[in-house]
Amino acid sequence: MQFDTPAATNPIDQLKVVGRPIHRIDGQLKTTGRAMYAYEWHDPNTPYAYGYPVGAAIAKGRIKSIDVSAAKKAPGVLAVVTTLDVGELKKGQFNTAKLFGGDRVQHYHQAIAVVVAQTFEQARAAAALVRVDYVVEKGAFDLEKAKDSAIEPAAKPGEAPPDTAVGDFDAAFASAPVTLDETYTTPDQSHCMMEPHASIAAWNGDKLTVWTSSQMIDWWRSDLATTLGIDKEKLHLMSPFIGGGFGGKLFLRADAVLAAFGAKAAGRPVKVALPRPLMANNTTHRPATIQRIRIGAGRDGRIAAIAHESWSGDLPGGGLETAVNQTRLLYAGAHRMTAMRLATLDLAEGNAMRAPGEAPGLMALEIAIDEIAEKLDMDPVQFRILNDTQVDPENPKRPFSHRNLIGCLEVGAERFGWSQRGRPGARRDGNWLIGLGVAAAFRNNLLIPSGARVRLDREGIVTVETDMTDIGTGSYTIIAQTAAEMLGLPIEKVAVHLGDSHFPVSAGSGGQFGGNCSTAGVYAACVKLREAIAQKLGFNSDDVVFENGEVRSGNRSVRLAEAAGSDGLVGEDTIQWGDLSETHQQSTFGAHFVEVGVDVATGESRIRRMLAVCAAGRILNPITARSQVIGAMTMGVGGALSEELAVDTRSGFFVNHDLAGYEVPVHADIPHQEVIFMDETDPMSSPMKAKGVGELGLCGVSAAIANAIYNATGIRVRHYPITLDKLIGGLPDVA
Amino acid sequence: MRAFTYERAPSVEAAAKAAASNPEAKFIAGGTNLLDLMKLEIETPTHLIDVNGLGLDQIEPTQEGGLRIGALVRNTDLAGHGIVRRDYGLLSRALLAGASGQLRNKASTAGNLLQRTRCPYFYDTNQPCNKRQPGSGCSAIGGFTRQHAVIGTSEACIATNPSDMAIAMRALDAVVETVKGDGSHRAIPIADFHRLPGDTPHIETVLEHGEIITAVVLPPPIGGRQLYRKVRDRASYAFALVSIGAVIQPDGTGRIAVGGVAHKPWRVEAAEAELPKGARAAAGILLSDARPTDHNRFKLDLVERTLGAVIAEARG
Repeated sequence: MQFDTPAATNPIDQLKVVGRPIHRIDGQLKTTGRAMYAYEWHDPNTPYAYGYPVGAAIAKGRIKSIDVSAAKKAPGVLAVVTTLDVGELKKGQFNTAKLFGGDRVQHYHQAIAVVVAQTFEQARAAAALVRVDYVVEKGAFDLEKAKDSAIEPAAKPGEAPPDTAVGDFDAAFASAPVTLDETYTTPDQSHCMMEPHASIAAWNGDKLTVWTSSQMIDWWRSDLATTLGIDKEKLHLMSPFIGGGFGGKLFLRADAVLAAFGAKAAGRPVKVALPRPLMANNTTHRPATIQRIRIGAGRDGRIAAIAHESWSGDLPGGGLETAVNQTRLLYAGAHRMTAMRLATLDLAEGNAMRAPGEAPGLMALEIAIDEIAEKLDMDPVQFRILNDTQVDPENPKRPFSHRNLIGCLEVGAERFGWSQRGRPGARRDGNWLIGLGVAAAFRNNLLIPSGARVRLDREGIVTVETDMTDIGTGSYTIIAQTAAEMLGLPIEKVAVHLGDSHFPVSAGSGGQFGGNCSTAGVYAACVKLREAIAQKLGFNSDDVVFENGEVRSGNRSVRLAEAAGSDGLVGEDTIQWGDLSETHQQSTFGAHFVEVGVDVATGESRIRRMLAVCAAGRILNPITARSQVIGAMTMGVGGALSEELAVDTRSGFFVNHDLAGYEVPVHADIPHQEVIFMDETDPMSSPMKAKGVGELGLCGVSAAIANAIYNATGIRVRHYPITLDKLIGGLPDVA
Repeated sequence: MRAFTYERAPSVEAAAKAAASNPEAKFIAGGTNLLDLMKLEIETPTHLIDVNGLGLDQIEPTQEGGLRIGALVRNTDLAGHGIVRRDYGLLSRALLAGASGQLRNKASTAGNLLQRTRCPYFYDTNQPCNKRQPGSGCSAIGGFTRQHAVIGTSEACIATNPSDMAIAMRALDAVVETVKGDGSHRAIPIADFHRLPGDTPHIETVLEHGEIITAVVLPPPIGGRQLYRKVRDRASYAFALVSIGAVIQPDGTGRIAVGGVAHKPWRVEAAEAELPKGARAAAGILLSDARPTDHNRFKLDLVERTLGAVIAEARG
């Protein structure tokens, strides 16, 4: 199905199943431990072996030799495969750092060997016996120091250019009566999903089956085939349940490659999971940024000039953290410029983490907006409303498909009690300094082709098959809702099978595009199935109605089970996107409100309550959407208050590489969260009229917290995370 | 994890004797720290002596009016014990500020005193660490040191002791009772139990190899307001940046022990004499020889401010 005109009224608009608060259909499998995650697949008749990875002990250099003699002699060991054994391997399209193969070390904890044994414990013990001789080379590990050598990277096809400019920023900024010029920093962050990267590989001749934990089945399949040098068609990938991804499982990782080599060497299926300490330095992370923002405004509060520059680092061949994305679109202003520069750093690969670009970009921009509003003596909610734009400010002929940022701000301010906010440092509750903060949320709506196959069987059951993944987001449920709505069935009559490379290629899970795109793909397949049913029955498909398990045309009606016949019927299609996202800017909007308490003595910042108001098109399921948003808000709390991969700039690695050292929020950090969804649809976005929401929930949260801390204390911190050491020098005397 | 043999000791004396005769042996109680370290091969005992079945899990009053806490009493049970809650509130509060419910259910009193540092360089076996490999150097010095010690450090080590319970024990003047491999007993004041790193940071306590802790004895209760204030980046499940265990009497005198700043619970009796004058005076003496890094200099201010808050709370 080609989607190139705005959606008209369609069966989804009935909202008998779609849009309803239905609990996730895979929930019981998960709460009873029956949902099989990658490492857990177990056939009692298969003699699995266990692979344990060895990570490089240096950040940059060359491996002279690897001594595996002791490891090979260790109890239970079946095989040891080293990076020298396999030689140089081709790199997958989506990988920056190589995952395995050859003598070069590009980053700390790069996979350099896998030890395969009969038990996990034996493999781990033997892995500790591998001895490696390195030639260490000097690397660059400090973004601040590398910043001046950063370059303007060439624009990648299909991606936004590193620089944009409209009008004359310099002149407008110089003549603006009220200006702001500040620099903000965000640290490297780790996805820290619960389930580590894990794979089981099983060879059958030249065919390879891999159970893994992947957000993007087809990307992995292509990149694993490339890395192993095998035909993609010989590779069967399965990932039906994923214990969190957050972008860390978008791209093929070393666990799958090591499992494949280990299984070949051991002659039997091999399981490999990355140990937690390897996850920070072996996999990808959100790169740190340095961001300079300049805003010039008139005394009337209107932005005249806005500039946002960002510096980030990555390995050679890597990409930018696109932290200026939102600044190109969020606020009005005739004179504007953005620029992004990329430094070479020899840390682990920087890559996508939930809301790449917008998450760190808004961490900076939305503090800057708070600051300029204060300089103007304006309420920051009012300042944002005044500077709203309904068109792409870099290209005013291009409107937004639908934009209700103002509604989010107004509803949120009312519901949250924004009027209680006082001057900085003015409110106190015992030992707590109390502050309120606000930030806008913004994340683009991305459209990716997505396919599905839908079968109707003689029992009247509809089965959906697509390689879409459910990374905890609720894909199973919203896909079932979509098929049920399209075929006039209760949700119990729909079965959903996901995450298998035998199924049609979907959008996958990432960039908050999965929900809207994958259900649109299911919609397209259901249209095909409806046509097949109508055709088989000789119905005129224009007036056919699917309702209550029946298909009806005029005064004829037939049970779906009966219509299917003994062979059943199949519909298969892929949603393809026209140019609606070019003619119209498609984005999602929201407003975050936060109340914090800062301990007047210690500077500890604790969240007291949070509210998110989201305008993200049709909400397909308010329960799973809310879960996405509160999870994202929680991630934003971590980003604001504690999360930082600490870089050892001497030897080049993230030091705090476990969940004790890298502090994500715990339950005690999150007392009260509320989410409001604006009642809206976006017919430009898809036949579902939905948009993404899973990343929107993160965008702006950390800045709202930063602004609340400022309101509580009068201390403006521009360097995340806002830990107590950055506040303590400015707090009132308590002794 | 290296392969190891395992035995359940039949008696305290047998456990001590077995350990003393095998330099590669270790006792295992709750295992909440030891097993993690074994998996990472930071600890590599070849023999484990399980002391969980030795009946050391009782809490009983002493003739002197204090409390004898068996070495195997679980942190959860100790924190919830009626007499502890009534007379040694500092201890109960410190315990509950540590770890999680699940860990406290397993962790023992003696094991808590023996838990090892959480220095990230200690945990990464690729990095030099004098605690892990004596003589290999300290990779924390000059590295990421926000959590590290500010006082009592050496050129060999700047790690902290992570225990919350030990801070309370130090303020309460607990005594550690042990049995050695030769069957002899001794009582070690908590002040002498943990060592500063010096040139031998791998030796963390005065215990001899094979010496087993049988109990921790608290002297008779001293009254006062007993508070434990743990300062950390998140609200739970984090090690202290700084913690203060305090017993403040109505006349303003009292005791304070500080966590998160040194290789051992940090207590300076001369600083306590300044308590009636306030936090600044007391903290000044407490930390007078501090040698912070750029990353952890804030701890000096933080100790003073937290102590101020504790004193204010005690008076309130």
